[in-house]
Amino acid sequence: MIRFNQVCKRYPGGHEALKNLSFDIAEGEMVYLTGHSGAGKSTLLKLVAAIERPSSGGVLVKGQNIRSIKPAAIPALRRNIGLIFQDHKLLFDRSAFDNVMLPLQICGFDHREAGKRVRAALDKVGLLEREKANPIALSGGEQQRLCIARAIVNRPTILLADEPTGNLDTEYSNEIMNIFKSFHQVGVTLLISTHDEGILRQFPARALHLRKGELQAHSTGSGQATDETTSHSTRPSNDKGQVAGYSTSSGQA
Amino acid sequence: MKTLIEHLRVLRFTLQRLLLAPNATLLNILIIGIALSLPVGGYVLLKSVQALGAQIAGTPQISVFLASGTGVGDIERIGDRLKQHAAIKRIEFVPRETALKKMQQSTGLSDIIGGLSQNPLPDAFVIHPKDSSVASLEALRDELKTWQRFEHVQLDSAWVHKLEALLDFGRMAVIILAVLLSFALVAITFNTIRLQILTRREEIEVAKLIGATDAFIRRPFLYFGLTQGLLGGVAAWLLISASLLLLNHTLSALAQLYASDFSLQGLTTGDSLTLLGFSAYLGWLGAWFSVSQHLWQIEPR
Ligand SMILES: Nc1ncnc2c1ncn2[C@@H]1O[C@H](COP(=O)(O)OP(=O)(O)OP(=O)(O)O)[C@@H](O)[C@H]1O
Ligand SMILES: [Mg+2]
Repeated sequence: MIRFNQVCKRYPGGHEALKNLSFDIAEGEMVYLTGHSGAGKSTLLKLVAAIERPSSGGVLVKGQNIRSIKPAAIPALRRNIGLIFQDHKLLFDRSAFDNVMLPLQICGFDHREAGKRVRAALDKVGLLEREKANPIALSGGEQQRLCIARAIVNRPTILLADEPTGNLDTEYSNEIMNIFKSFHQVGVTLLISTHDEGILRQFPARALHLRKGELQAHSTGSGQATDETTSHSTRPSNDKGQVAGYSTSSGQA
Repeated sequence: MKTLIEHLRVLRFTLQRLLLAPNATLLNILIIGIALSLPVGGYVLLKSVQALGAQIAGTPQISVFLASGTGVGDIERIGDRLKQHAAIKRIEFVPRETALKKMQQSTGLSDIIGGLSQNPLPDAFVIHPKDSSVASLEALRDELKTWQRFEHVQLDSAWVHKLEALLDFGRMAVIILAVLLSFALVAITFNTIRLQILTRREEIEVAKLIGATDAFIRRPFLYFGLTQGLLGGVAAWLLISASLLLLNHTLSALAQLYASDFSLQGLTTGDSLTLLGFSAYLGWLGAWFSVSQHLWQIEPR
């Protein structure tokens, strides 16, 4: 579903945000992306959604090479990807309802059917009674949940979440994670960047750990690095001998 | 069906946006309306003057004056020959006596004419040609000049020429005005849309991030340009119509003094539809230029 092959990302100005990353994410898999601030988590997610392009190496998403994808093919790709942004990217000139409506408008949905879907998505994140509110009147956590509602309303096959529980207390974090889990159960591929040790423990899954743009160890479930050798054995290393966080699926995956 | 609903949605959204800033919208529409009404007003004037010219000129005629002493038999033969000419519709024979009487009646020179000892006027034919274009009239005149016993062939076309030349000048002026002001209209729309794109930058970014096609993003701006242009056209139409009403009111008093029923002609349905279509098209064009110029610069990061 998502394949990185020796990917480097150098931003204009020379900063190398990602260095020689290689990994695979299978269809329907749920994977965490962890790492310190500035490690390159957001950059990696942006590559998957074709918001940035790799400087070298191949990024394959649903069989399409992001490095050479034509601009005209990007909208179709993004409609299949639910994006949850670190900074929400909500529109403050319209209601919460209309924010969630936007992806459906873009796809040309029938208005009544769309309305039902929007309410279902708002209900899922516990914002149904705030549908008329302007996002600016929502708390940080509520905004985050609104962003999630917008990402899932279109029922994407891939969900990319950049610190989706960053502003949420444990209770809501768990609720959000349960929503993700339910998506995982119906076959959606999930890539979730997070700092939150709590959810890593509570909802164990494979984790890709980034450090200064390099893929470190990989882990199953608990969020702690496992022994390198075991992981080597699960995946043939590539030509350069660079291995990259790949491991057997955890019980959750 | 789905696309129709989508287009209607965008249209409703566009109208909402026009109403959102009524002052700016009204000002823009007024500017476009005035800009358009100048060439359209010129066109209306030209059309009326042209009609007036045709009315005064009537159907053009050629007068042929016969040499003195042409006999009755000759006159008949010439008359028959003229009647059979392919370029001539109708002829009238004006005997010299009739011409003198007419002159006495119409010019008020009866005293002087009455004092003449003999009739100085020749016999004449008035020829009504089939084709009234200047070129064919002149050709006919030149041909008739070669005929025997024709002393003088006169085509009163000099002032038709002058009017035509004047109208040509006027037409050119209107065209230049129309082209310049069309550019102005496109520029106005270009700038309006540019500002809109800048203020809605965030929305465009988010729309791109969640998979909006360029067409989807472009559509509301194009609709906006189209609608604004169309409303500008409507404003121009109203301005012209109101001005004509006022002008004709004063003109009718003036025309009465000259015993004429001259009045400025209004815009026909065809003219009106052309005006509206053209203004809408120019608005759309300005929006299109603006969108293609500015939209690609907005890429989400
Ligand atoms: N548009 C950009 N231009 C230049 N450098 C950038 C750009 N975006 C990110 N970077 C740099 O790339 C590195 C990785 O950034 P990234 O946003 O991917 O980190 P992150 O892991 O998401 O961090 P955080 O947890 O704080 O969100 C950082 O050093 C950052 O300064
Ligand atoms: Mg980040």
